[in-house]
Amino acid sequence: MSRLNRDQLVALAKSQIIEWSPQELKQHLDAGEKLTVVDIRERDEFVQGHLPSSTFIPRGHLELQIEQHQQDREAPVVIYCAGGVRSALAARNLQEMGYENVISLIGGFNGWKNAGYDFKIPTVLTEDQRIRYSRHTILSELGEAGQIKLLESKVLLIGAGGLGSPAAIYLAAAGVGTLGIVDFDTVDVSNLQRQILHGNKDVGRPKVESARDRIHDMNPDVKVIGHMEPITSANALDIIKDYDIVLNGSDNFPTRYLVNDACQFLGKPLVDASIFMFEGQVTVYDPNDANSPCYRCLYPDPPPPGEVPSCAEGGVLGVLPGIVGSLQAVEAIKMLAGIGEPLIGRLLMIDTLDMSFRTLKVRKNPECPVCGEHPTVTELIDYEQFCGLPSSVAHPNGQTTERELVLA
Amino acid sequence: MATLFVPTPLRRLTGGASKVEVQGDNIGALLQALDQQYPGVNERLLDGDGNVKRFINIFVNDDEIGSLQGLNTPVSDSDKVSIVPAMAGGAIV
Repeated sequence: MSRLNRDQLVALAKSQIIEWSPQELKQHLDAGEKLTVVDIRERDEFVQGHLPSSTFIPRGHLELQIEQHQQDREAPVVIYCAGGVRSALAARNLQEMGYENVISLIGGFNGWKNAGYDFKIPTVLTEDQRIRYSRHTILSELGEAGQIKLLESKVLLIGAGGLGSPAAIYLAAAGVGTLGIVDFDTVDVSNLQRQILHGNKDVGRPKVESARDRIHDMNPDVKVIGHMEPITSANALDIIKDYDIVLNGSDNFPTRYLVNDACQFLGKPLVDASIFMFEGQVTVYDPNDANSPCYRCLYPDPPPPGEVPSCAEGGVLGVLPGIVGSLQAVEAIKMLAGIGEPLIGRLLMIDTLDMSFRTLKVRKNPECPVCGEHPTVTELIDYEQFCGLPSSVAHPNGQTTERELVLA
Repeated sequence: MATLFVPTPLRRLTGGASKVEVQGDNIGALLQALDQQYPGVNERLLDGDGNVKRFINIFVNDDEIGSLQGLNTPVSDSDKVSIVPAMAGGAIV
């Protein structure tokens, strides 16, 4: 084996690989070519700024991780470092793996920056966050980029009850940056059998307050916005518009139709779930997916009042919302991070008595009054009336009394 | 006989059974047989005109019968039939 010094090795490497100038790379990118651009510098260099569409794989991990980002050995892979030396050496290593079109960027990131081209200074996790979310970031599907997306996301929970409790706790632990909670109820002892956001010391307190305390105790990264008011046709659009995804944990039909319609009008994905005794249903309605049904496709009309046993009558196994609300959190995280297949067009039926999980297909109804081809409902309506209940009435003092919203 | 999954609120009428075996060539016939076996069930499922109520879905295996042939959807012995009512955490059929 010949003995090479540093300069000879670099010269040899450069003779065996393709190199592009920043101008050449820019032309290829501007032409819309599909290039895998990899930044192989160290983390502290990457966070100072990087090429806009680059993937970060430090040199030490390059061969081990490149296949997660590009498996096709014929696809062009552009790698760069700070000045074009490390990337020239690394390019040979990728060639050894069979990558046929490995290109090293001449002058590296500095050359790119000096040419006056755009670069991005990334949002990065703090040292504390890197430790806190390490079990997430190690998942290649999420990674640091996925975790940052979660931290930048806003999820609205309708209700801090049975479903909202586990959903809020897991979303908070997962680092979803903003959690909005709509609930005007106070904690009752009978809630504690299933509503794990709240404890004995919280009895009598507003649920949004005990939820905020519990969430902050779990994860101080999370901002909690409490909406301590009933959600109505008058405020629903205003409340929902600032969030990315809505999780429904309400237990009455007027609120279900209201939240569905508002999410459809605003284009917000809705992770819907309901529970009764030992059974649960979960599905996702995504107005941004042309094939996704909405709640009204599945249930065009509500059941008439009186035909239904009440919540207090039927009862609910305390653990059931724990399962179902956690599934809602999973669906929200998947959609926020853009991974996996959301539960769109599929209704998951859970029966904890025989412990069966079944998935049924649900289709968009072309005749749907809200999401169909010729919508007839184009603004929020009176949902109490729609569900055959007495409408909200205005008190002489100007305050509005809503039908009590009892959360699962 | 097809296997019919009974939703929680109807189990009062089926003696608590969550799954029952029912004979019928199509969904309509199957529901009639179900009602004979467990009187009162159809009143919960069908409206005055004999149609499935609009807050209830019936599935044969994975598919909702509205996307098949409605109450005329054929049913064979190995089929699983699910009745899925709207639920709202307590407010249910």
